[in-house]
Amino acid sequence: MSGTGSRENVFATRMALTNTKLRLKGAQTGHSLLAKKRDALTTRFRAILRKVDEAKRKMGRVMQLASFSMAEVTYATGDIAYLVQEQAKQATFRVKAKQENVSGVVLPAFEVDRTVGSDFNLTGLGRGGQQIMKAKEVYAKAIETLVELASLQTAFTILDEVIRATNRRVNAIEHVIMPRLENTIKYIMSELDEMDREEFFRLKKVQGKKKRDTAARDAEKQAQADLESEADIQDGLTLAIKEADPPSEGTAATDLLSGKDEDIIF
Amino acid sequence: MTTAFKDRNLIAVIGDEDSITGLLLAGIGHVTDHGKKNFLVVDAKTQIQTIEATFQEFTERKDIAILLINQHIAEKIRPTVDKYQQAFPALLEIPSKDHPYDPSKDSILKRVQKLFGE
Repeated sequence: MSGTGSRENVFATRMALTNTKLRLKGAQTGHSLLAKKRDALTTRFRAILRKVDEAKRKMGRVMQLASFSMAEVTYATGDIAYLVQEQAKQATFRVKAKQENVSGVVLPAFEVDRTVGSDFNLTGLGRGGQQIMKAKEVYAKAIETLVELASLQTAFTILDEVIRATNRRVNAIEHVIMPRLENTIKYIMSELDEMDREEFFRLKKVQGKKKRDTAARDAEKQAQADLESEADIQDGLTLAIKEADPPSEGTAATDLLSGKDEDIIF
Repeated sequence: MTTAFKDRNLIAVIGDEDSITGLLLAGIGHVTDHGKKNFLVVDAKTQIQTIEATFQEFTERKDIAILLINQHIAEKIRPTVDKYQQAFPALLEIPSKDHPYDPSKDSILKRVQKLFGE
């Protein structure tokens, strides 16, 4: 059981068990949090995906319209391409980036930042000024769509990356870290159980040995006591024979008793 | 990264003459003090290397937030465009007058389609 699967290299102690259990708990919390984050991001991602698809198609239409108005300009004014390219100096149509926070992921969103400039005011002064003004507006509208699409697309790219990273983390915790910690816990538990059993067995063994020793000593003492008492009786008997007094038997009895007493005390 | 897109505020274009003219009319044109433009006019004579170099330059510039490129030009440097995965500047393929928009060629839409297809 403890040998299967990878595990951490720890000593099987109670402290390591507590630590590992805490870590497993942490991993579980982290896993559920990351899973939640992933779900939130995926929801967002799906919404953006749909919007990107829509916006791209819209862009196709808008750009077509813009091209058409450009054609009108060319028809009315002639070729202004060179003029326009040479006059471009400072951008009046810029974008501003602001951030949006989706469960810890910073998504940029571009905003149109248009300063009303006087560029190209002289363009088309001779003829086609109206068409040029119109084309300007149409293109500005088109770029607004493009900017919107760009922020969606950036969000899409970033989210895609973040979701991938989050997925990797979730999977790593689920399939690598958590099993490993569980294995470690199992290993420590089994090791501790084993130690417990060993300890129990050892204690039993010690107790058994002690009992055996005590019994042996008891038997020895008993044997000695018997020997002594026998000697006493012998003494008593010789005394009795010598003195031939009735109380001599009493002294022998007390001797015997004292011998027994000693035994009991032990 | 939080500060990376703060000072990006320009829109760059690589496109044919008509698209460029229109976009410049709207006011996106910008020439830096060093005389660097944020647009490139591509015609039939433009070398592919030039387009690639400009593409690289625009993607490496720190003041460009969005890079627009005509789809038929993107088609010419497709490997480079497909390899481009960064978030900044955002790369947008736009249709041109002579080449209507084809969603199936767009590198981003391809990914979208792939993700929806799952």
